[in-house]
Amino acid sequence: MIKIDQLTKSFVFKDDRLVAINNVSATIQDGEFLGIIGSSGAGKSTLLRCLSLIEKPDQGTIWLDDVDLFKLKGKDLIRMRRQLGIVFQGYHLLEQRTVFDNIAFPLRLTHMKEEEITQRVDSLIQLVGLSGKSSSYPSQLSGGQKQRVAIARALTSEPTLLLCDEPTSALDVVTTKAILDLLKEIHRKTNVTVIIITHELSVVKSACDRMIVMNEGQFVEDGKVIDIFASPSHPMTKLLLSYQEGVL
Amino acid sequence: MSDLLIKGLLDTLTIVFMSTLFSFIGGFPLGVLLVIWKKEGIAPWVIGEKILGSLVNVIRSIPFIILMIALFPITRLIVGRGYGVNASIVALVIGAIPFVARLVESALEEVDDGLIKAAITMGATPWQIVTKVYLIESIPSLIRSVSLTMITLVGYAAMAGAVGGGGLGDIAIRYGLHRYQTDIMLITIVMMVILVQLIQNIFHFLAVSLDRRRITN
Repeated sequence: MIKIDQLTKSFVFKDDRLVAINNVSATIQDGEFLGIIGSSGAGKSTLLRCLSLIEKPDQGTIWLDDVDLFKLKGKDLIRMRRQLGIVFQGYHLLEQRTVFDNIAFPLRLTHMKEEEITQRVDSLIQLVGLSGKSSSYPSQLSGGQKQRVAIARALTSEPTLLLCDEPTSALDVVTTKAILDLLKEIHRKTNVTVIIITHELSVVKSACDRMIVMNEGQFVEDGKVIDIFASPSHPMTKLLLSYQEGVL
Repeated sequence: MSDLLIKGLLDTLTIVFMSTLFSFIGGFPLGVLLVIWKKEGIAPWVIGEKILGSLVNVIRSIPFIILMIALFPITRLIVGRGYGVNASIVALVIGAIPFVARLVESALEEVDDGLIKAAITMGATPWQIVTKVYLIESIPSLIRSVSLTMITLVGYAAMAGAVGGGGLGDIAIRYGLHRYQTDIMLITIVMMVILVQLIQNIFHFLAVSLDRRRITN
C-alpha cells in the first residue's frame, strides 16, 4: 500500500515562490491501476519526482507499507529505489548497450548471478514482445520498441510499484494502444501496482481503473474512472472531459 | 642522417605516447570529479569543484613553453635532469593533465542528464553511475579526447624540443633552423604531418566503429 500523506513541495525562484504540490493525500492499494492526470503545470512531474525519490517534499511524506520513504538514507534508500520500477517518457536507455544489457542493467547493479540474470531478462524480453531483438542497440529500435525495453527494464527488479511518467506521450496512436495493452497485460499477470502519470485522457480511459485529477498542485478529483467519466464534479475534470472527443 | 631522424621519430613517439598515457592517468579522474562535484552532479561538492576548476584554469593559462621552463626544478627532481626525453614527458604530463581533465569533463557532460537520473532511480551508486553509465556511454567522445590530446602533444613535444627536450622538434630546431639544413627541416615536418594524420584517422575509425548510436539495420 502506498500512502501519500499531506505532501507539499514548493520551489523558490528569486522572490517568487511556486507551490508545485499543495498538501495532497491519497492511498493506493496494492494491485491498483491508477492514472494521475492534469494539464502542464498541475504538479504532475513534481509528484512523480517525489514518488521516484529524486526530490524531497517540504512537508508531508509518502509511505510504502510502513516505511517512510523520505526517512531513508544511504543503503536503505538505494535498496528502496531498486524496488521501484520507473518508465520514463524519454525512454532513457543506455545507447551503447544492447537491449539485453539495458534490461539487465538494474540487476547488474546488485550481486545477482549471471545465469539468473539471463533467465530473468530472457523471460522479460518475451513478455514485452521483443524476442529476437536482444542483441540490437536502441538506435536500431522504433519508439514503441524502445518503450518496451524501458518497461522490461523497470520490471527486472520485480518492483512493488511500476511508475510510468507519460509513457506514451512520444508515441503515435497505434503504438500507444499497444504499449497500454502491454501495461494492462503485465498488471494482470503480476498484479504489480501501476501508477501512470499523463496529460492524455485517452490513456486513463483505456488503461486505468482509478483516476486522480490534479489541478494547481492539488488532487481535485479521485475515484473510479467510470464514475468520474459519468459524473465529473470539479470544473477542471469537466474541462478535460469536454476535450475528450478531440483527444480520442 | 637517417639514423638521426629515426632516433628523433622514436623519441617523439615515446614522448607522445608516454605523456598521453600519464596525462590520462592523472587527468581522467580529475575530469570525472569536475562532473560529479557540480551542484547538479551525482556527488555534489561545490567548493571542491570550484577549487579544482580554478587550478585547472590557472595551469591551462600558462603558455606551455613558460610552464616547461618553470618546471625545470621539479623535472630535475623527478628524472634527474632538465633536458631530454624523460624531462619532456614530465613537463608535458603536468601541462596536459588540466587539458585532459577538461576534455573528459566535456565528454561526460554529453551523456543525457535524464539517463543519469534514471540510473539513480534504479538504485545505482555514484561509483556505479561513473563506471557503468558515464564511462560506457561516452566511449566515442573519450576516444576522440585521446586523439585530440595526442595531436596536441605532438605539437607541444616539438616545442619542448626547443629547450632540449629531444625528438623531432629538437632536430628541426638544431639542424633545420640553427644549421640551415632545410632538407632536415622539411623531412621532420613531413614526418610530423604523417604522424598527426595517422593518429587522427586511427582514432576516428575507433570512435566510429565503437559507437553504437550510428549502427543501421
